[in-house]
Amino acid sequence: MSALLSADGVSLAFGSVQALKDVSLTVAEGEITALVGDNGAGKSTLVRCIAGVHRPDHGTITMRGESLHLKSPEDAREQGIETVHQNLALVEDLTVWQNLFLNRELVHKMGPFGLLDRRRMQRQAREMVATLAVNVPAVGSRVRRLSGGQRQAVAICRAAGFSSQLVIMDEPTAALGVQETARVEELITKLRDDGRAVLLISHNFDQVMRLSDQVWVMRAGRCVGGRRTADTTGQEIVGLITGAIQ
Amino acid sequence: MTTVAATPRFNTGRLKDVSFWAEWAAAIGLVLLVIVFQILNPTFLSTGNIASMLVAAAILVILAVGQTFVVATGGIDLSVASMMTLGAVGFGQAYSHGWGLTWSCLVAVAVGAVTGLINGLVIAKGRITDFIVTLGMLSAASGAALILADGKPVTVIDTTLLQLSTGGIGVFGWTVLIAAVVAIIAHVLVFWTRFGTHVLATGGSREAANATGINTDRIKIAVYAVSGLLAGLAAILLVARVGAAEPASNTSFLLNSVAAVVLGGVSLLGGRATIAGPVIGALLLTALTNGLTLLGVSQFYQPLAVGFVVVLAALLTRFQK
Ligand SMILES: Nc1ncnc2c1ncn2[C@@H]1O[C@H](COP(=O)(O)OP(=O)(O)O)[C@@H](O)[C@H]1O
Ligand SMILES: [Mg+2]
Repeated sequence: MSALLSADGVSLAFGSVQALKDVSLTVAEGEITALVGDNGAGKSTLVRCIAGVHRPDHGTITMRGESLHLKSPEDAREQGIETVHQNLALVEDLTVWQNLFLNRELVHKMGPFGLLDRRRMQRQAREMVATLAVNVPAVGSRVRRLSGGQRQAVAICRAAGFSSQLVIMDEPTAALGVQETARVEELITKLRDDGRAVLLISHNFDQVMRLSDQVWVMRAGRCVGGRRTADTTGQEIVGLITGAIQ
Repeated sequence: MTTVAATPRFNTGRLKDVSFWAEWAAAIGLVLLVIVFQILNPTFLSTGNIASMLVAAAILVILAVGQTFVVATGGIDLSVASMMTLGAVGFGQAYSHGWGLTWSCLVAVAVGAVTGLINGLVIAKGRITDFIVTLGMLSAASGAALILADGKPVTVIDTTLLQLSTGGIGVFGWTVLIAAVVAIIAHVLVFWTRFGTHVLATGGSREAANATGINTDRIKIAVYAVSGLLAGLAAILLVARVGAAEPASNTSFLLNSVAAVVLGGVSLLGGRATIAGPVIGALLLTALTNGLTLLGVSQFYQPLAVGFVVVLAALLTRFQK
């Protein structure tokens, strides 16, 4: 197991709220790494630092041994880090294909100008969506018309496309029903089988124990421990989350 | 019944769908208005009247296109008419100081673009609500126009400018053709460029757009600059039409630009927009005032009629999916 990405001593404060305190963890290549913790523990904030949304006050984020200086989500995407944010970063008024290619639009270049290559984007979007295990919507339909599971599938599809190396998912199944959750879990496993690293935030212990290879636990802004999933139990993880195990 | 005959391709299922009517409210409204006015007064559709209606609509079309970009991002530009006034005064000052027509036109456009840019910068960087900033600019730009012109109009007598307002190709005056070109460019921008997609994304969900790396601040600044630039362009047409640069407040242009956007089915919440809709909305509003004038209805009733139509259209858009 070699580390694809590591965070070292990452701290971040929002005014007087110290959201992250000296957080260090690693994400291994080709594995599903789970990140768990109570609400407000700082999981989303950490993930936003890795995704280039926030810039840490202290600490470094390293990818393949090289330290990253992410100034924007675009920088992170260029490094092959794609994120499915907790609040689903899709634009509901745009179509599926427009969302899949948002800020990655394909254009016919004409000097300094570029006209959208709508047809090519639609075709590629169909191909991207066809690889999903979920029953897929027509790529021309607006996201507003999709079900929760379909939206999540589109968001994951976007993160999985474009040769990403690390896919971060912030509670991807929190708002889904049983069947939709099962489908999204299939997608997550499929990403790992394709050789990609996945960083999965989840509140669902069953899911974490079933899917992940490694678990990191956060409590009150700190990373309080990491375990190989095979060597731990749900009970131990709960203990770490609540602070019963120090 | 007329619409059914005119559109045999649509199945009757769609015609029972309220959102279909909402989407096409402006176009249907325009057709109905034209039919009613033509029945009541046969000169309504005379070549002369059509030509004059189109000329009368040109300025509003340009302002409404600018307003559409802003509204598509979920904002509103209450300063369009004031920026136009300031642009016109800038034109008048440049012209009366002997700068010539070309430079005067450039001054008008630059004044509009810069004021729009200021709107955008304050909104994006200052994190102040669009409504408040452009309300402030409405007042500030009108004030600046009054100060600059010392409250007095400047007469502009220029043969080229006169040509602009009276000449044209066939039934289409030059100003109409300018407005048409603006609308076409805007349509291409919205639907066929990355910029257009990012404008809609910013209006649809600023957070989501940001997360994909779109610089939504820059988009906000750009749409206000576009609105200002078009207000500056409209100022030239206004000076050409009036024959003078006046520091008059053009409040009805502001109200009508927002009304045209609403009539055009563009959501004031942002994220969804067309250019054709607001253009048709502007034509409808112009046809309404023109028709009422032709019928000899007192001018006092025109704002009442406009208000009624706009609220009706807004009610219809509630059913839009
Ligand atoms: N943008 C922000 N501004 C201010 N405080 C924030 C912001 N984002 C998160 N926080 C605070 O940081 C802490 C960690 O939040 P978060 O990372 O969302 O936790 P989790 O995802 O683990 O539930 C919370 O106290 C939250 O209120
Ligand atoms: Mg969270």
